[in-house]
Amino acid sequence: MTHFSAFSLLKNALTGHKNWTEQWPDSQPKAEYDVVIVGAGGHGLGAAYYLAKEHGITNVAVIDKGWLGGGNTGRNTTIIRSNYLYDESARLYDHSVDLWENLSQELNYNVMYSRRGVLMLAHNVHDVQSFKRHIHSNRLNGVDNRWLTPEECKAYCPPLSISKSARYPVMGGALQERAGTARHDAVAWGYARGAAARGVDIIQNCPVTAIRRNADGSVAGVETARGFIRAKKVGVSAAGHTSVVMQTAEVRLPLESYPLQALVSEPVKPVFPCVVMSNAVHAYISQSDKGELVIGSGTDQYTSYSQRGGLPLIEHTVAAIAEVFPIFNRMRMLRKWGGIVDVTPDRSAIISKTPVEGLYVNCGWGTGGFKATPGAAHTFAWTIAKDEPHPINAPFTMERFRTGRLIDEAAAAAVAH
Amino acid sequence: MSGNRVAGKGRVDVGKSVRFTFDGKPFVGLKGDTVSSALLANGVHLMGRSFKYHRPRGPVAAGSEEPNALIGTRRGPGRFEPNTRATVQEIWQGLETTSQNKYPSLKWDIGAVNDAAYMLFSAGFYYKTFMWPKSFWHRVYEPFIRAAAGLGVSPTEEDPDTYASRFLHCDVLVVGAGPAGLAAARAAAVDGLKVVLVDENAEVGGSLLSEPQALVDGQRAWDWLAAEVEALKAAGVRIMTRTTAIGYYHQNMIGMVERLTDHLSDLPADTPRERMWRVRAKRVVLAQGALEKPLVFHGNDCPGVMLAGSAQTYLNRYGVLVGQRPVILTSHDSAWFAAFDLADAGAQVQAIVDTRESVRDDLLAEAGKRGIRLKIGHTATATKGRLRVTSLRVNPVTDGKVGAGYVIGCDAVLMSGGWTPSLHLFSHTRGSLAWDEDLTTFLPKDTPENCVIAGASRGLWGVEAVLNDGADKGRAVAADLGGTGGETACSVASDRTGTGVSHTELPTDLNPGKAKAFVDYQNDVTAKDLRLAVREGMRSIEHVKRYTTNGMATDQGKMSNINGLNIAADALGKKQPQVGLTTFRPPYTPTSFGAFAGYHRGAHFEVTRKTRIDGWAEENGAVFEPVGQWRRAWHFPKPGEDMDTAVRRECVATRQSVGIFDASTLGKIEVVGPDAVEFMNRMYTNPWTKLAPGRCRYGLLCGDDGFIRDDGVIGRLTTDRFHVTTTTGGAARVLNMMEDYLQTEWPDLNVWLTSTTEQWATIALNGPKAAALLAPLVEGVDLTDEAFPHMSCVECTVAGMPARLFRVSFTGEIGFEVNVPAPRGRTLWEVLWEAGRQYDICAYGTETMHVLRAEKGYIIVGQDTDGTVTPKDAGLDWAVGKSKPDFVGKRGMARPDLTSEGRKQLVGLLTEDHSRLEEGAQIVFDPTQALPMTMVGHVTSSYHSDAVGRPIALALVEGGHGRMGETVHIPMPDRTIAAKITPMVFVDPDNARLKI
Ligand SMILES: Cc1cc2nc3c(=O)[nH]c(=O)nc-3n(C[C@H](O)[C@H](O)[C@H](O)COP(=O)(O)OP(=O)(O)OC[C@H]3O[C@@H](n4cnc5c(N)ncnc54)[C@H](O)[C@@H]3O)c2cc1C
Repeated sequence: MTHFSAFSLLKNALTGHKNWTEQWPDSQPKAEYDVVIVGAGGHGLGAAYYLAKEHGITNVAVIDKGWLGGGNTGRNTTIIRSNYLYDESARLYDHSVDLWENLSQELNYNVMYSRRGVLMLAHNVHDVQSFKRHIHSNRLNGVDNRWLTPEECKAYCPPLSISKSARYPVMGGALQERAGTARHDAVAWGYARGAAARGVDIIQNCPVTAIRRNADGSVAGVETARGFIRAKKVGVSAAGHTSVVMQTAEVRLPLESYPLQALVSEPVKPVFPCVVMSNAVHAYISQSDKGELVIGSGTDQYTSYSQRGGLPLIEHTVAAIAEVFPIFNRMRMLRKWGGIVDVTPDRSAIISKTPVEGLYVNCGWGTGGFKATPGAAHTFAWTIAKDEPHPINAPFTMERFRTGRLIDEAAAAAVAH
Repeated sequence: MSGNRVAGKGRVDVGKSVRFTFDGKPFVGLKGDTVSSALLANGVHLMGRSFKYHRPRGPVAAGSEEPNALIGTRRGPGRFEPNTRATVQEIWQGLETTSQNKYPSLKWDIGAVNDAAYMLFSAGFYYKTFMWPKSFWHRVYEPFIRAAAGLGVSPTEEDPDTYASRFLHCDVLVVGAGPAGLAAARAAAVDGLKVVLVDENAEVGGSLLSEPQALVDGQRAWDWLAAEVEALKAAGVRIMTRTTAIGYYHQNMIGMVERLTDHLSDLPADTPRERMWRVRAKRVVLAQGALEKPLVFHGNDCPGVMLAGSAQTYLNRYGVLVGQRPVILTSHDSAWFAAFDLADAGAQVQAIVDTRESVRDDLLAEAGKRGIRLKIGHTATATKGRLRVTSLRVNPVTDGKVGAGYVIGCDAVLMSGGWTPSLHLFSHTRGSLAWDEDLTTFLPKDTPENCVIAGASRGLWGVEAVLNDGADKGRAVAADLGGTGGETACSVASDRTGTGVSHTELPTDLNPGKAKAFVDYQNDVTAKDLRLAVREGMRSIEHVKRYTTNGMATDQGKMSNINGLNIAADALGKKQPQVGLTTFRPPYTPTSFGAFAGYHRGAHFEVTRKTRIDGWAEENGAVFEPVGQWRRAWHFPKPGEDMDTAVRRECVATRQSVGIFDASTLGKIEVVGPDAVEFMNRMYTNPWTKLAPGRCRYGLLCGDDGFIRDDGVIGRLTTDRFHVTTTTGGAARVLNMMEDYLQTEWPDLNVWLTSTTEQWATIALNGPKAAALLAPLVEGVDLTDEAFPHMSCVECTVAGMPARLFRVSFTGEIGFEVNVPAPRGRTLWEVLWEAGRQYDICAYGTETMHVLRAEKGYIIVGQDTDGTVTPKDAGLDWAVGKSKPDFVGKRGMARPDLTSEGRKQLVGLLTEDHSRLEEGAQIVFDPTQALPMTMVGHVTSSYHSDAVGRPIALALVEGGHGRMGETVHIPMPDRTIAAKITPMVFVDPDNARLKI
């Protein structure tokens, strides 16, 4: 692996960039691995990286049906924050943010973790109550999050309209300064490069068609478009398609898959300093380093595996942005796309052993798993390596849906009166 | 008229000059010009600067695919937009335009130092550096990178324009009004089929506008076009220009944006700026045409280097010569015709440089006739000129060897790398593509949608072929819809057809490592960058695109995708289909936010639902709060009162005499049918069988997980009819949930569900004087405690109106809820108000309602519960029909964790120092512990209570029901508050006031 630095960049610039080498090779599958990870998103690649680096397990393959990082990892709006309500979530996401802060150095790949602050807007009394609850809980958990008045919100994010006559006026906001964004592709690529350097095979364009089990029920390996690959352990991290893959091992998961859409505007000079989320009007926005406004919406209304997404939702999302930031009304949308997200009943993830020996699953990240990438990958690797969960992901079992011990972040933000 | 305008050419209006400015300097163009054509007519090629290297750029195209000539456009205050394509924006009197991404001026731009350091800014350079020292990232590097972002500047003012949106249903939608689209529309417009023809241009005609030499059935192209438009209109075809089909969605739904005012000098008073059309078409014909590819060589971005076809457009459509001394550089026959057109219009064509070894004889002869110098079998290796091209360096290529270069002076280089079909909308449908080796391009194959492709978008060439293909497709589509299809085969004379070859970078004798041969102009992606990406292991075209940003500019890869693919495939040593094409995403061209938002702005962002009594509340000084889409009266301050004082007054008045409250927003669902009672038994936790008609009951609804979802009082009017009420915010959700169960789980039940929320106005009277006030107005019911006790309901007449009357209470006082048909709500309110004067009736809002119900220990779902609270946790175990065989949530609430010890349970809290707690504050048992603290619950509701004489609160506390009298602690940022756990009911625990 070529070490990246300003020096190596300069040196290579002088030689016409001819001497850079592959960041990861295009591996062909071997007959057998200690661990096969299904899904080369940030989570799957990261898990392989930590398996190799922290647990010394290097006979690992990450297999993807497409190109690595082409799933939700490469489609998301990259909001990173950790001001979740419940202790279990706060611990997991804060663990992630800790890892984010050093990830560029860790991977020797600039993932551009940008601590630009995430501001969540409150538009009604219920929002205010709910955000204050989060802030109090975060404070006692040692997680940064504070309340801003509408005027303070405006000062923090000048394009914001705090007009009292707005349809849903801003009543304040919760700000996590440590939160921000990162460069999504770089996360996948950085983990891929780091994992490959430690001996992990990354196998692309190779759909896993089934998980095969031994006569005793334990996992035997995976059937793929390029034949059967034996594996002592299999970890599935296939986001919106996880339930489909797991079904082949006769493991049913409480997941529903929905299209989630996002869009960018044409690029403009810096105008938007932070990230703003507004759950009440359903819009999320930040500005990329290229200058595009990056805007996310809520999930489509129906379950689907089609990544196209519908027009009405986009109309609603853009209307919401133009409502909260009226100066953007004459900006133009450049491009929109969708991804398929896997949603659990309590909107919290599953990082867990399964009833099948040797089979592990990391899923249910729904609309918000990018921020968890390092933390989830790290604890998933631990779970696979040790055949038991890390204390941080121990509560995020599959079992909880049977016992009722939910981590209900959705409920924490539910609206009713 | 300036020297670049050619008399007798173009469709611009020579009689109408139009003044506009560019970077403050006045210019004159003609009506019908775009900014680009008008500036070119004035000899201006330099229109912008590129993104990364700030290189000087001029227009390379003449249409919406333009990557370079992006400008700011302004029409007075509030009307500014960045990144407008100069090639699309029509000029109008007074238009102000500005160049972008430059400082201090377009000609002298400091940012151009990046260009000198270009070797450092290779593809993906930022992933490799800016990491040390770590602390520098946040403070130095990141701000530096972010400051370099963007092209134009964002608008800063609110947009004064309006936007509209419409639906359109048609039989056939034809996208693209070039010859193929025109013919398709004509052939499909038979037997009354409703046909719509759209084009993004200001007028229809497509390529005929750029190349008018063809004779269609003996008629000159533009005469034929004019006649054809008339014929289409006569056939009832709806022609929509300046309308872009931006996206192709599921089930033949096409989004289209019509631009109505951006080309007008005077804004009509009542016209929206843009209109979003949502079209549902039975069949779609995609006739989007083809896009010309640039050639990739060192210096191919110098202003004055332009697509040959675009030069033809400027000449034939706008009457503008883009250069007096152009050189043609091509690998395709089509550019030869550009040479001929320009030569015939008076340009001194310096040379035709063709990369191919041999060229058709007729072209050679035509060139010879015009005395044009020919350089067959040549490559181009450089351009010269900083702000405008001054020469092209060309070299002979023999047997793959590049010979010595020499320079041809020129003022424009017109290039053609061949053509590629416009597959964007087809790609939106998730249509599959097939690689055509001869054309070196992808062609459309299969699509899940009901659409066909016609003309140049499927690789056809020449007006005759395209016209007849369009007609065939139109006929086929009509036949598919039961029409007979028109007979419209055409014959075309002076048609131009041609072929060509495709290149990666043009061969060169210079150091390719130093070449600035651009593929994506706007993003400054060079061929070298693409090869570097491949060298670094990017094998999929998606990786290459993301690593280099090729194809991610505002032209959405229209100029760069195919060239980028060819180069990446070459670098990988693979065939193009193995590398794949990136997916084109909507919108086809950048589309204003306003067009998407449409009417949904300001007050219309979402409907504001108002009750029939809202007007009275407004007239009487109410302060409102938004609750979902509703606005509800929050409190009714008297002059000088703040919210607290008003609420305290309203509370006292209600407890002492009578308060009146608008409860119309409560969700209402009529559950009717022979199986209604069974349905209710299954949906709600409570048993309903024994509830007699004329009685009501507090109903509790759980999800299948066993957690509380909603609640409300439900009256049984007759054996088969229930009047269900829900929370205000839950109305739609509950109805959906009911329908879901009814239709999917219990289709056997004979039950109808109807939302009646807006059919009834609901007025609540609460207080000791409520019955006295109401009784005289009620006919047919005796309102005594004996005849109409708490939890009764009846259909009767109130103040002469048909009504449903409930005796229920959400305050702990005697209460009635009167439902009358919504239109009569306000009348009833006023009658009650008048009748109540003698009792000092007081109108109260939602805040008082909250206080009164909290004093009485009634929960609000969504505030005191959050989706993790079971009936038992909320102290509502009594509302669960344990002996019922099944109901939604029964199994869920039996799960181990929902029945275990130590769950958070709803209790009352009284602070020891009589301070009021903050809602959402967290509760701990041990206030001295270090962070992170073990939290055992939180405050759900908290109010000052005059009835209790101190603040009260409700809270969820771990094991709360078993901790009565214990002290808990609420750590706040500045201090920790101690509070005692109490029962939830603070007022009238024995229900003496309710008389039960
Ligand atoms: C539009 C959008 C916006 C979002 N915004 C945010 C945000 O702002 N913040 C945030 O934190 N999160 C966000 N998310 C969520 C976030 O993107 C995901 O939770 C996260 O990236 C998931 O990473 P992953 O590695 O698990 O999944 P992915 O990156 O989707 O990786 C899963 C991989 O599995 C592969 N796969 C699937 N089936 C098979 C098979 N049978 N065989 C082989 N391979 C298979 C897929 O090809 C894919 O590459 C957003 C998501 C979307 C779609």
